[in-house]
Amino acid sequence: MTATAEPEVGKARLRKEDARLITGRTRWTDNITLPGLLHLAFLRSPVAHARITAIDVSAARSMPGVIAVFTGRDLADEQGSLPCAWPITEDMKAPNAPSLAVDEVNFAGEAVAVVVARGPYEAADALSAIDVDYEELPVVLDMAAALADGADLVHPELGTNKSALWVFDSAQAGTGGDVDLAIAEAEVLIERTYRQQRLIPAFMEPRSVVVDPTGEQYTMWSATQIPHILRLMVALTTGIPEHKVRVIAPDVGGGFGGKLQVTPEEVVSLLVARRLGKPVKWTETRSESLLSAHHGRDQVQKLTLAARRDGTVTGLKVELLADMGAYLRLVTPGVPILGAFMFNAIYKFPAYHFACTTVFTNKTPTDAYRGAGRPEATYAIERLMDELAAEVGMDPLAVRELNWIKHEEFPFTTVAGLEYDSGDYEAATAKAKELFDYDGLRAEQAERRARGDVVQLGIGISTFTEMCGLAPSRVLGALSYAAGGWEHAAVRMLPSGKVEVVTGSSAHGQGHETAWSQIVADQLGVPFEDVEILHGDTQTSPRGLDTYGSRSLTVGAIAVVKAAEKVVAKARRIAAHLLECAEDDVEFSAGAFSVRGTDKLVAMSDIAFAVFSAHDLPEGMEPSLDAEATFDPENFSFPHGTHLCAAEVDTETGAVRLRKYVCVDDIGKVVNPLIVEGQVHGGLAQGIAQALYEEAVHDEAGTLVTGTFADYLLPSAADLPAFVTDRTETPSSTNPLGVKGVGEAGTIASTPAVVNAVVDAVRHLGVNDIAMPCTPMRVWTAIQTGRPDAGGPGSTEAGGGLGSLSGGAQ
Amino acid sequence: MIPAPFDYVAPTTVDDAVRALADAGEDAKVIAGGQSLLPVLRMRLAAPTKLIDLGRVAELRGIREEGGHVVIGAMTTHYEIQRDPVVDTHLRLLRLATDTVADPQVRHRGTLGGALAHADPAGDLAAPVLAMDAEFVLCGMDGRRTVPAAEFFVDYFTTALRPDEIVVEVRLPKLTGWHAHYEKFNRVAQAWSIVGVAACLRVDGGVIAEARVGLTNMGSVPLRATEVEAALVGHPATAATVRAAAAHAAEGTSPAADGNADREYRQHLARVLTDRALTAAAGV
Ligand SMILES: Cc1cc2nc3c(=O)[nH]c(=O)nc-3n(C[C@H](O)[C@H](O)[C@H](O)COP(=O)(O)OP(=O)(O)OC[C@H]3O[C@@H](n4cnc5c(N)ncnc54)[C@H](O)[C@@H]3O)c2cc1C
Repeated sequence: MTATAEPEVGKARLRKEDARLITGRTRWTDNITLPGLLHLAFLRSPVAHARITAIDVSAARSMPGVIAVFTGRDLADEQGSLPCAWPITEDMKAPNAPSLAVDEVNFAGEAVAVVVARGPYEAADALSAIDVDYEELPVVLDMAAALADGADLVHPELGTNKSALWVFDSAQAGTGGDVDLAIAEAEVLIERTYRQQRLIPAFMEPRSVVVDPTGEQYTMWSATQIPHILRLMVALTTGIPEHKVRVIAPDVGGGFGGKLQVTPEEVVSLLVARRLGKPVKWTETRSESLLSAHHGRDQVQKLTLAARRDGTVTGLKVELLADMGAYLRLVTPGVPILGAFMFNAIYKFPAYHFACTTVFTNKTPTDAYRGAGRPEATYAIERLMDELAAEVGMDPLAVRELNWIKHEEFPFTTVAGLEYDSGDYEAATAKAKELFDYDGLRAEQAERRARGDVVQLGIGISTFTEMCGLAPSRVLGALSYAAGGWEHAAVRMLPSGKVEVVTGSSAHGQGHETAWSQIVADQLGVPFEDVEILHGDTQTSPRGLDTYGSRSLTVGAIAVVKAAEKVVAKARRIAAHLLECAEDDVEFSAGAFSVRGTDKLVAMSDIAFAVFSAHDLPEGMEPSLDAEATFDPENFSFPHGTHLCAAEVDTETGAVRLRKYVCVDDIGKVVNPLIVEGQVHGGLAQGIAQALYEEAVHDEAGTLVTGTFADYLLPSAADLPAFVTDRTETPSSTNPLGVKGVGEAGTIASTPAVVNAVVDAVRHLGVNDIAMPCTPMRVWTAIQTGRPDAGGPGSTEAGGGLGSLSGGAQ
Repeated sequence: MIPAPFDYVAPTTVDDAVRALADAGEDAKVIAGGQSLLPVLRMRLAAPTKLIDLGRVAELRGIREEGGHVVIGAMTTHYEIQRDPVVDTHLRLLRLATDTVADPQVRHRGTLGGALAHADPAGDLAAPVLAMDAEFVLCGMDGRRTVPAAEFFVDYFTTALRPDEIVVEVRLPKLTGWHAHYEKFNRVAQAWSIVGVAACLRVDGGVIAEARVGLTNMGSVPLRATEVEAALVGHPATAATVRAAAAHAAEGTSPAADGNADREYRQHLARVLTDRALTAAAGV
């Protein structure tokens, strides 16, 4: 056996999963086909709010190839209500959430019927033969209007459009002072309202589900981030016993939180398969995905920051309206609450108040989207810090430095009650400034301003932190989340010395197979190639809480480490037995156990075989090296970083071009720098996209007008600058690897960096805000009139190529 | 995404194609590169019962010189146009505009005839061919006819093509030695124009002898900025001339409003982009 002398952790390995993913050799859910497979197609409501007065499916039933058509009424007794696992308050109002609408539809895109046919084409053809009578009801779209007295109601039976009010107050919690006092005494007040536009996760692989009811268990393949949670939830929702359901997430092509869901289509697929006793498949179209898969963000943030003239912050008050859409999906109400602890960010606010009102509207439900709550918070505070700097006439970096937690002050308990274990904001900022040439660009900015150049330069800063590793189960419990946040792993030593690792994390593009293999190779001293990672199937990986919230490395991989430690402990006992020495005299290094001070040694692989043969084991020891572990951390981890963006604004057209983007992230110890780089690049692209490009727009009837990628603009590499990325490394003290998580950092940090840069470029022209996305028209209008939100929200027609799709020659 | 069912034929001559179109009636459509038609079909915004594929009609493909003209077959792809030396020499504006269309994948499939017949006001090729005084050769059951570009584009997604007609080729007068530029404004690299300006100039002894300016997406059809052209001709090719002329760019336009641009902003863009297009073309 070749021992790994050089540690695997830290190596920039190419990802072992990429060959099969990139060449398409893998099987995605939609590639799975079973004997007798039937295909589903969903009819979706074209209107945002209506009573269903009649549905006639008879014509559709007699279409060629059609096996059955079901409406919500047909499934009413068995479909249950889609789960919401996060009742944020005791009095939270939650509507019944049928998978197929029964009496009324509450958003355009809600499923009202399902066709089952021999082929996907026949299923799709039959949809147009279904006749639904809708009696239209008033449409509720705007959150403020929805909360007004006498407002039309999304769910009249709830008596209100307000779902819940969730409050955190530092004076009440004993973590800080009284914010109203701070505001009353403030020398400087910054009051702003920012809009977090609605976004669409836009994962690459459309959602897809296959259900096979022919075995002893119902087997569901789904393009999901959460096979374990899904198994439990479909069981609870449909009443099918949990042990009769097996869920498999095969390779999954991205999720970004958008596949952290228990979907109507998954429930209906299961019910239809059960009814017909035949396997079924549903794969969505891209338009269906944009329309009906859950959306993200969508908040209005009313913010008041109190400070002294010298730039010291004294209080922060945050009042949010968060759009739930029409229903509460799996963690819908919890998303804005995750932000509650992050508005104060890296700054030492003495007083803090957070209140979030969650509101129903007749729109697609919202739920987790990369960063979930934390990008919103980070945006707000990082924009405010720039505004404060402008107000008190300081450099925005200086204002931040004045207020942030110094590296020697860790561990630091924040005004929101979190304990930040570690961080070094000074080091990350110093490095970023240097890579960016901060002073040089500031000089160029001044020169262009003086010259009145058509193209103005702006510099945007974001010194962010986030809470990663959605875990501490007791914290999640305190936040009324229904589940815990632990993660499970098992290590299986095969007789030949090869290793199988079972993980409850459910990768959907992150590269866990590579990273976990590197970690295990070091832990057990086996070659990287000898480790196989098994995941995403509730039968092979029986326990888990899956992948979201940058939790896999900080929780899931730590469970792997803990399981490997148990394997080594068992092996040590056997080694001592075989080497005929005391356990204390055994040393383990590079995959071999040796007797201290001698050259007697036995390799891990030898021990694995000795256990397999079981001829000669210590007295009373069971013949197995395998071990499992469940890890539940004590605390979150807190990655941080300094992101600097230089943006050029063409003042004649309003076009924004990113000239330079530097980020220095501190994500603690790094397992694989290449994977980190990939996560950062993708995260930056997504965060920049919120700042400049993406917005889900509804017209006044509640119809999604950005229903294709011609209108819902995703940037490509051609639209983005070459990113300069670097790191500082302050190990986390909350886990044995010292890791912090990197999955969301880029998304969280970059959005305010970009908008700060855009505003900074034109602030001298009288602009102090531009609504996201900062489209050329908005930027130009802001320069002309100071108005921040030209053309939206909710302008009636999307631009771009929608025209190209709605017409057709002649 | 799944289109509604349709029949498919792939004729090999123009006459067969036209006959197939005439026989099938209103519900037939020809398909060229499919880059605009297929999305429409897949989203079921249209459901023709018969598709007539022009991909095997050899006569529709290729670029040839005919005296003072360059003639481009309708099925010539964007990619072929980008690479063709004749086009580059005599029709530089068309090449520059074609460079801005979509991405390499789309340009390998999409055709000049398809793009023009589609008549999307945001499409990038109509304003250039209008500015270049192109003529369209159409063929139907009654034979061939030639329609000038100014009459070909009728309305949003609507052309002078009769139900039984196809575009056979596009004839463009050579503009050898003209200065050209296509200035496109969009939000992401791969997107249609919010506004586009096609400009070409013939400069003689420092004076603008002829000027053609076409506008993309400033109305339901591509437009000629005739006031701009008039303000250029006979004047020295200077920045001042360009600036003064560009101020007329939005005159007489009534562009649509959408999420990317309201009317006022579009008109503003037309002026700014005309200035930039002319400046780049004239090299001033
Ligand atoms: C992702 C993407 C991005 C794009 N970006 C741009 C862009 O930036 N700028 C731009 O200008 N365009 C863009 N396009 C459109 C592209 O240029 C298309 O190729 C073009 O519009 C249509 O050409 P086609 O050959 O594919 O035609 P098809 O899609 O096959 O046909 C289009 C229409 O024209 C009709 N038609 C085709 N050929 C003939 C003919 N010979 N006679 C009569 N009728 C005919 C068809 O019946 C159909 O109605 C983009 C397309 C895509 C998919």
